[in-house]
Amino acid sequence: MTLAGTGAPAWSWNLLTDFQDMWSYPFMVNAFRAGAVVAVVSAVVGWFVVLRRQTFAAHTVSAVAFPGAAGALLLGVSAVYGYFTLCVAAALVIAALRGGGEHEESALTGTVQAFLLASGFLFTALYRGLLEGPQTILFGTFLGITSSQVTLLTVVGSVVLAVLALIGRPLLFASVDPQVASGRGVPVRALSVVFLVLLGAATAEASQITGTLLVFALMVIPAATAQILTARPALSLALTVLLAFAATWLGLTAAYYSPYPLGFFVTTIAFAGYLLALGWRSLSAVLGRAGLPAAPREVPA
Amino acid sequence: MNPIAKAREAVTHSTHTLPSRRSGGHDTAPDSGSVPVVALCGAAVRVGGRTLWSGVDLRIGSGEFTAVLGPNGVGKSTMIKVLLGALPAAAGEVRVLGARPGQANDRIGYLPQRRSFDATLRIRGIDVVRMGLDGDRWGVPLPFPSARRRAAHARVDEVIELVGASAYAHRPIGQCSGGEQQRLLIAQALIRRPELLLLDEPLDSLDLPNQSAVAALIGRICHQEGVSVVMVAHDVNPILHHLDRVVYLAEGGAATGTPEEVITSGTLTRLYGTPVEVLRTSDSRLVVVGQPEAPAVHTDRHSGGPS
Repeated sequence: MTLAGTGAPAWSWNLLTDFQDMWSYPFMVNAFRAGAVVAVVSAVVGWFVVLRRQTFAAHTVSAVAFPGAAGALLLGVSAVYGYFTLCVAAALVIAALRGGGEHEESALTGTVQAFLLASGFLFTALYRGLLEGPQTILFGTFLGITSSQVTLLTVVGSVVLAVLALIGRPLLFASVDPQVASGRGVPVRALSVVFLVLLGAATAEASQITGTLLVFALMVIPAATAQILTARPALSLALTVLLAFAATWLGLTAAYYSPYPLGFFVTTIAFAGYLLALGWRSLSAVLGRAGLPAAPREVPA
Repeated sequence: MNPIAKAREAVTHSTHTLPSRRSGGHDTAPDSGSVPVVALCGAAVRVGGRTLWSGVDLRIGSGEFTAVLGPNGVGKSTMIKVLLGALPAAAGEVRVLGARPGQANDRIGYLPQRRSFDATLRIRGIDVVRMGLDGDRWGVPLPFPSARRRAAHARVDEVIELVGASAYAHRPIGQCSGGEQQRLLIAQALIRRPELLLLDEPLDSLDLPNQSAVAALIGRICHQEGVSVVMVAHDVNPILHHLDRVVYLAEGGAATGTPEEVITSGTLTRLYGTPVEVLRTSDSRLVVVGQPEAPAVHTDRHSGGPS
């Protein structure tokens, strides 16, 4: 997880030289590129996850990403394929289990999730290669992201965003007001299945950066923060993307200049933003209440 | 108030045009020469092998306010589902806006049985209203100024003004009160200028002042904007002054006509086959006494009724 062999790089307060320093390594360039793609994709999908209250589904899918990555490594292929295969498969299983109802919490989901997590640990134990243990899969790493992986992330991310652009408006309608939406001919059930598949793909992408345990750092926290700050859909969506992007790039920079894992930094930065937003809202509520009695006084003046 | 006077006028007018009560089982709307907005002829509906109601004859003209009344579980909401084409009629003929049910749904505004938005939902009321306009269109709205965008904004503002929700339309809808949410949802149902508005218990779980305010709003929309309204109601009293027509459902049968014709001791006694008394209080509210609840008959309940 640390930069073995390169020595500890030193942070200067000159941002230009710092970025020149980081980007002199191709793997760091790849990490920043992958980070940008993942941040945008998981932020947009995560915005709908928060709005639709599907964080449990997102959690299940991300838990399944772990055995996916471990199994892929055991089979000798890149972890990214394992992420995509199992996340999308898990999303389809959840969609099938939910049936027509809106109850996503199922004992079966929990049971299968537990078994798959256990399998993941078995796979990492069986795999005696260059894996430091399950930590990199669970908590994320920026090392070893290849150009072809960046390409794969970009292609899948573009497809996810394109599909979301196509179904965005009906999906919002179906998320907020499913009864009236279906009355207006919106295919609520089909949209729900499509969205779960997009959720699977986005979770797989986020796992690449934050690790499977910390997927919420990019999927949920930026969207939750933005929705605290504004109730305007377009603005909060834009804010979500901005926050996820900032958390990822700041996290990558912090992880490069310190010996601690990437997932920790991304999560901490996103969480700090969430706390700031909460503080800002309570502050403006207090000020608004204090300002209310003041307003009528201005009228006669 | 003007709408109330208008409603009363409409009621007396239709009473005069009716030669006799439910002649030949047909309840004729004031004949304007046009196709009735809703026409049911001998309609029946069956859910799970049980016939909820049958033999319903109803003609609703444009701009009329109709209430669907009856005890719990008698299939009032099912009537709305039949009109939307979500459930087929087991017998008889049903025409909505001159077409088969479900064929003209784009000209119908529908307000389902009360949904309340979660207090933490961070979507503004104005956005929920806007979804009624183009929420079912594929794609995402582009952030560039265009004629369509301006027209959409103008229509949203207009309909919010119409229901009197301008003061809170920009607040997150979860933070609006029940009455405020209901007004915004009515605006959402109205935004495409429907010819028919189907409302499923819109006054349910509102407090009394809000019940009469929302009822007056619906009456005004109906009589001033010329939108026909079919409203499922548990209690006739808040809407009584605005009503043109009543469908009273009972287990098996139904009675249709003006409120004066239908909500009487005679009609309801005939409909239920058991003595039912309709009393009028000093403030002209109606109390139905001795009406059996469907499906079970509670003989111990005397003053339950549709209140």
